[in-house]
Amino acid sequence: MLYIIKRLIMVIPIMIGVVIIVFTLTYFAPGDPVSVALGEGYTQEEYDAQAEFMGLDKTYIEQLASYLVHLITKLDLGKSYFSNIPIESELMSRFPVSAMLGLFGIVLTVLIGIPLGIFSAIKQYTVLDYGLTALALVMAAIPGFVLAILCIVLFGVRLRWLPIMGLETPRHWILPIATSAFPGIAAMMRMTRTTMLEVIRQDYITTARSKGLKENAIIVKHALKNCLIPLVTIIGGSMAMVLAGSIISENIFSIRGIGTYMYGGISSRDYPVVMAGVLVMAFVVCVVNLLVDILYAFVDPRIKTIYGIRKNKRKKPAVMPGAESEVV
Amino acid sequence: MLRHLVKEKKESNPRTPEDMSVKKALWQDVLARFLKNKSGIVGFSIVVIMILLIIFAPVITRFDYDAQSFPDRLLYPSALHPFGTDNFGRDLFTRMLYGGRISFMIAFIATLISAAIGTVFGSVAGYFGGVIDMIISRFLDILMAIPSLLLAIAISAALGSGPINTALALSIGGIAISARIIRATVMAIKTNEYIEAAKATGSRNLRIIRKHILPNTFAPLLVNATMSIGGSIMGIAGLSFIGLGVKPPTPEWGSILNVGREFIRDFWPMTVFPALFIMLTIFGFNLFGDALRDALDPRLKD
Repeated sequence: MLYIIKRLIMVIPIMIGVVIIVFTLTYFAPGDPVSVALGEGYTQEEYDAQAEFMGLDKTYIEQLASYLVHLITKLDLGKSYFSNIPIESELMSRFPVSAMLGLFGIVLTVLIGIPLGIFSAIKQYTVLDYGLTALALVMAAIPGFVLAILCIVLFGVRLRWLPIMGLETPRHWILPIATSAFPGIAAMMRMTRTTMLEVIRQDYITTARSKGLKENAIIVKHALKNCLIPLVTIIGGSMAMVLAGSIISENIFSIRGIGTYMYGGISSRDYPVVMAGVLVMAFVVCVVNLLVDILYAFVDPRIKTIYGIRKNKRKKPAVMPGAESEVV
Repeated sequence: MLRHLVKEKKESNPRTPEDMSVKKALWQDVLARFLKNKSGIVGFSIVVIMILLIIFAPVITRFDYDAQSFPDRLLYPSALHPFGTDNFGRDLFTRMLYGGRISFMIAFIATLISAAIGTVFGSVAGYFGGVIDMIISRFLDILMAIPSLLLAIAISAALGSGPINTALALSIGGIAISARIIRATVMAIKTNEYIEAAKATGSRNLRIIRKHILPNTFAPLLVNATMSIGGSIMGIAGLSFIGLGVKPPTPEWGSILNVGREFIRDFWPMTVFPALFIMLTIFGFNLFGDALRDALDPRLKD
């Protein structure tokens, strides 16, 4: 429990760090937002008034501080250069769609990737293993957006099996979810296979075998548990991949999600929108990583212990280089 | 006995011929194991062929990647234009080769930067633990909190397009990943008896990291770097695809694909060839990386 609280508190500085990084990036970005907002033909007075109105006449520190204060106290993510709708309400209305897509993508990744990876590892050097490995390699080499475009041509334009725009019916969800999960599945399979192969060569597996355990019991009880830790990390990573990929894939499938909103922000150089999008996605990844870390502790009790005894460790007298000589 | 130990330590400091031969044999082993791996050789061949193609692009093709010819626009593959032409009548094969130059260069630079910085951060954090580990890990957490492609997009959007900006944008996302890999590996190695033995014989921390720990992190780092070149090529293509990264008229696979999207219903070469080149290159690097890992870690190959 203490571990969970500690980990929860850590999220705050991380998010503030992300805000600072992203704010700094956009602050030093080329282009003048004031003249963009005013359009062509303005006087110096109008320019100064607009700069003051947008809060851009202040120093870097002042701007950063006011951005942080607004964000924390009012959840205010600033204003878009081009639209009067507050960014946060725009994001809120688009969030559910993106979240659902991401969630389904992850579930699909886990449900397909892990079992295939395990089969591949325990049947190493069989046709099944070669086939699955080859499949994973091919899958890993296809970027989501390339796959999305090829799928649109094949299933949408040529075969006319699936709709390719929007999300009105469940059928609309198939291509976006499948194409966003696809690269993740490959990564999950590869990772599962690699870790599993490493784990089943450990001494404790030999011990389990030598005490006469059945192969299935060894895999499920001893091997799987130990290979879960790296796999849990991959889930966090897959989530990040799916989110970042959504900027491209939502645009390809014309989905009104956060990704499309950010894409619009990028192409029109609407930095507050880009910044807000990055922050929201970073926040989601942060929460997922938090859950992953808590999962870690449950999967591997050693990790909890490390956090528990770290204080004691420091108290332990440092071993001096000369100290052993007396022992020897 | 103690004196004997100290003496031995001093003697082993400069590399003895024996030491070198052990090292040589190790690499011969790795090479032998690698050569046995057929898929690894396939991957290696793909990578080498790609590199040769892009290096000797001016010799291989007689077209200029920038020469527009309006009557020849959107031609299907023929003997003259093996991949056809694009919407400005430029030879697609030539543009693919020169596009590969940009992609490979950016990917190599980005991977080198992220591996170098990641190794420093990761090994220091993993070895020393405690407060140092906490500071570095929190910093990495901040970087990791932003998905690498998203970070690349944000940096790219802020810095603007161009090869150097793209390499920077991609490398920063990779730092956290390589640092975490190194850190995890170091933490695992640190608990081994031979590290304790090295400490017991009075080796300094830097020496232990350099001599006993980093050589053991080399395998995962090399595998990660190989994979990350493939990933970077994917990232460059993705960035260029959404109008960041490398912009037209500079040829780049992702941006050719993006332009090809407009003609996807009627003209396939402009989407299929860049897609194939992207996939084949990543495929090659992945196979190569896999084989490298298997060759470097004989435990997996028993």
